[in-house]
Amino acid sequence: MNGYVEPIVGRYVHADIDGEINRIYFEENGSGIPLVCLHTAGSDARQWRHLLVDDEFTKHFRVIAFDMPWHGKSNPPDSRYGSEYRLTTASYTTTIRAFCSALGLERPVVMGCSIGGRIVLNLAIEHAREFRALIGLEAADFQQPWYDTAWLNRPDVHGGEVCAALVSGLIAPGGPEAARDETLWGYRQGGPGIFKGDLYFYRVDGDLRGRTGNIDVNQCPLYLLTGEYDFSCTPEDTLRTAAGIPGAKATVMERLGHFPMSENPDQFRRYIAPVLQDILDKQKL
Amino acid sequence: MESERVGQTDGPPVPFTPEAVIATFQTIPELLARDEILAARGRWLDVDCLLGPSTQPFHVAIRAGRIVDMTPAPVLMRSWRFAYRATPAAFAAHWQKMPPAGWHDLLALTKRGQATLEGDLHPFMTHLQYFKDLLALPRRSGFGGAS
Repeated sequence: MNGYVEPIVGRYVHADIDGEINRIYFEENGSGIPLVCLHTAGSDARQWRHLLVDDEFTKHFRVIAFDMPWHGKSNPPDSRYGSEYRLTTASYTTTIRAFCSALGLERPVVMGCSIGGRIVLNLAIEHAREFRALIGLEAADFQQPWYDTAWLNRPDVHGGEVCAALVSGLIAPGGPEAARDETLWGYRQGGPGIFKGDLYFYRVDGDLRGRTGNIDVNQCPLYLLTGEYDFSCTPEDTLRTAAGIPGAKATVMERLGHFPMSENPDQFRRYIAPVLQDILDKQKL
Repeated sequence: MESERVGQTDGPPVPFTPEAVIATFQTIPELLARDEILAARGRWLDVDCLLGPSTQPFHVAIRAGRIVDMTPAPVLMRSWRFAYRATPAAFAAHWQKMPPAGWHDLLALTKRGQATLEGDLHPFMTHLQYFKDLLALPRRSGFGGAS
C-alpha cells in the first residue's frame, strides 16, 4: 500500500566487544519478552523483516534483529579494517552477550539460523542461565562440508555472485520467487570475505560434537527446527544433535530449506508460532 | 578437485528409463535457445565441458553463453575444462517440478554421491548459477518418468 510505514525501528547501539566499542545496527518492533534474532553467515538482519512485522508475535515479544559486526550496516570495528575477518566460537558468543548487555535485555530468547543456530547451542552449553529459551534454526553440532570455501573470496571470481549461487540450492523449490530473490540479494551484497570468515566458525572452530550432551534444557528450553530441503545442515544432522540432548525439541519443517524466515515466511510461520506460544505458556506457569 | 565418487546405495526416488533421461538432456540446447535471460547471463562464458548422465555424457561447447555444439562422448582426443556428471536417477529426480529434498541442486547431488564434479572448476564456479539453471531447464516441463 502506497504510504504504508512499517512499524520497524532501526537504530545503532554502541557495544563493548573484547575492549573495543562496536557500533551495531539493529531493528526492533514489539514489546514483551526480548527475542533476539541472529542472521545466517554472510547475510544480515534483513532476513528477519517478516517476523519483525508480525502482529501476533510482536504483541508478546520485543523482536530484535541485529547486523553482526562486518555485516549489513554494522561496520567492522575501527581497528580491524584491512585485517582478515574470522568468526570464532568465542568471538561470536562474546558479540551476542555484549549486544544483549548493551541493550540491557533481561534473559532474552535468542533465535539463530545456520551459524546462528550453531551458536545458540554454544549459548546453551556455556550460558544457559542468561537466556529464557533458545531456538536453533538449521542447527547441528556439526555438518559435513560440501564445497571449498576458498572459492568465496578470490580476485578472479565475483564474490557476491558465487556466494549467492552456492546458497541458492539451499532454498526449497516451490517457494515465493520474490522471497528467494531477496534472500539471495543479501548474499550478493556481503562484504568481501565475510561469508568465508563466518564459515571459519562453522567449518573449523565451531565443531560442538561431544559438548552438546552437557546442555540442560531445564535451565533453558531448547528448540531445533530444520528445513527438509537443507542439504547443508540436514534434518538428519539436527535430529542426531537433538537425540544427544535430553528434552530438546526437534522439528523438520516441510517445504523449507536453509533460510526459513526469509525464503518462505508464511510457511515458516506455521512452525515458529507454536514454539513462541510454548515459550509464552511457560512464562505463565 | 574431485568430489565424492558416484554412490550406488541410493535407490531412484522417481521412476525413469535411462533412454528418457538422455533424450531429455538432449533438449537442453533448444531450451536454452528459448531462454534469452539465461543465455545473456552467460554472455562472458566460453568453455568446452563434459555434462550429462554418467552413463552417456556429452561434450558441450558453449560460446557467449549459448550452446553451439553438443556431441555424445566419447569423441577421440577431445578435451574438456570440467565435467559434471550425474546418475540418470539423479537427473530424473532433479527435473521433477518439485524435486525431492536432496535431489534439487547440483551440489546436493555431489554431496549425496549421485554426481561427480571434476577438472578445472574455475569456469563452473565463476558461472555457477548459470550452470545450475542450465541443467535444471527440463524441470520447467517436468520430467515424465518411465516412458
